[in-house]
Amino acid sequence: MQITSAGQSALGAPQQTHFHRRRQDSLTIILFLVPAFVLFLTFVAYPILQSVYYSLFNWKGLGAATDFIGLENYLNILSDQTFLKAVANGILLVALSLTLQLPMALALALMVGRDLPGRAFFRIIFFLPYVLSEVITAIMWLGFYNPDPDRGFINALLILIPGVKAVPWLGNMNTVLAALFIVLTWKYFGFYMLLFMAGLQNIPAELEEAAGIDGANRRQLLTHITVPLLAGTIRTCVYLSVVGSLQQFILVWVMTKGGPVNASEVMATYMYRFGFVRFWFGYGCAVAIVMFLICLTFSLIYQRLARQPDYLGGM
Amino acid sequence: MPATQSYARKPWRKHLPRFLQYLVLCLFVVIILAPIVILVFGGLKTRGEMYSRPYTIPNPPRWENYAKILGAPSFWTMLRNSLVVMLVATAGVVFICSLAAFVFARTDFRGKSLTFNVLTLGIMFPISVAILPVYLVLRQIGLLNNLWGIIAVQIAFLISGNILILRGFFAAVPRELQDAAYIDGCDAFGFFWRILLPLARPALAAVAALTMVVSWNDLLVPLVVIDKDTLWTLPLGTMQFQGQYGQDLALVAAFVTLSAVPAVIFYLIAERQIVSGLTAGALKG
Repeated sequence: MQITSAGQSALGAPQQTHFHRRRQDSLTIILFLVPAFVLFLTFVAYPILQSVYYSLFNWKGLGAATDFIGLENYLNILSDQTFLKAVANGILLVALSLTLQLPMALALALMVGRDLPGRAFFRIIFFLPYVLSEVITAIMWLGFYNPDPDRGFINALLILIPGVKAVPWLGNMNTVLAALFIVLTWKYFGFYMLLFMAGLQNIPAELEEAAGIDGANRRQLLTHITVPLLAGTIRTCVYLSVVGSLQQFILVWVMTKGGPVNASEVMATYMYRFGFVRFWFGYGCAVAIVMFLICLTFSLIYQRLARQPDYLGGM
Repeated sequence: MPATQSYARKPWRKHLPRFLQYLVLCLFVVIILAPIVILVFGGLKTRGEMYSRPYTIPNPPRWENYAKILGAPSFWTMLRNSLVVMLVATAGVVFICSLAAFVFARTDFRGKSLTFNVLTLGIMFPISVAILPVYLVLRQIGLLNNLWGIIAVQIAFLISGNILILRGFFAAVPRELQDAAYIDGCDAFGFFWRILLPLARPALAAVAALTMVVSWNDLLVPLVVIDKDTLWTLPLGTMQFQGQYGQDLALVAAFVTLSAVPAVIFYLIAERQIVSGLTAGALKG
């Protein structure tokens, strides 16, 4: 039975069976898609479209939105120094992630490689922070960074060096963003390392062995074989890292609330402040739309540049 | 390793790179574990000990903080809320996404690529960007202060990615199996239910494990949806607890440790599933 059917399908399945099956299945198809569509349209698509509408109003959330102000919210956002600061901070976090976090993850993945004894142990430890929630991470690092050396471990280590004083890492406008970036790296580099390790796993060992026999040294092996073959994984990580950095919220909100004096403001904390603290819903919706457009623009550029997006599947 | 062959006669030169490798890796292990260890130690100290010697091993360990937290009903309420949300959201994601992924992987119909593109568009819209728009809709339909509000939003924002993951797995099941099932009189649903799902069990486990972690750790959605403290989930409760008892560092440390324990245990049990779900989601689609 199976053999016949395989043969048939190879020759192009008989038209009749196909047609019958189709009619019979169309109901199933619709029923199967309904739950996903209902949820997606109600809680993802509709809210976004509705926000486009609200973003054109001066609306504080009470009663209907009647005070139509056109694009004024958008103009105010784009001329607000705090918002521009939030965008700049986001770009800075993206840049730091791409230049420090990803290379570090790649280096560690190469170190663990395919067959280092203890590989599983390192993987479990490095990935552990990813599984801890952002609140837990934030509270833990709040303590770690505490300016009082009797409470914050980092400062306790720091004052062991003669002549060095404790630093209020999160309370200082110059250090706060770097301090947050360290926490982000602590939490997320294991994820990228994991992706790189999975990518390495897919490179046939024979390839590197062959190059080795042909006289390639370790560095040539790395730059000419391993890294080029990881290009797909690297592209994916870059994409995830950019989107991930742009949407940061919980860690920043719990640790600094965007402060001191907006020094660590990011777009999501900016939106949260206007939406949920001040209840300027119209304005907050406009911020959300601006964030959408930024994410969307990046996604489109990415898909243009990386012709075959490995994310979204090599389908 | 061919590249190290020339060093074979000098064993110390051969072993040195490996030694350095381990040194660097162990350094990172220490950096990763340091905040966690200090937190766990802190929870096992009294308030006074926390100030007098904050970084030492708790000797003897004090369990008062834990007794105080576990003795109050609020911790158990939060635990229950988190469990309910996690289990329902996970069941929902697995159910809804496997239905849709089946349609996209194994059937053909007009408008397939359009519906697929619409449903997977969500991957570009992270929840923290959409949270205010979503909040306004929840307010309209009366799902604020309701665990169903959290569940619905969590599922909705996890649909896109998980349909992609499952579609990849479902598409890998050989075509011949489907033809054989149809010839044996199976309809589409029969094939899906009796053949595809059992075969895809590892993929379903991966999706489930990943969803459980995401749902369990989620703070943003409960933060905007829930106001009433009887409906707080564990992350939300942890944040509120830190705000309320921030001065008692030992007690906060114990609370944070307690709220992390379920996730860590689950991670150690389901590490393989979580990892395969993540890599499939990011690399294969």
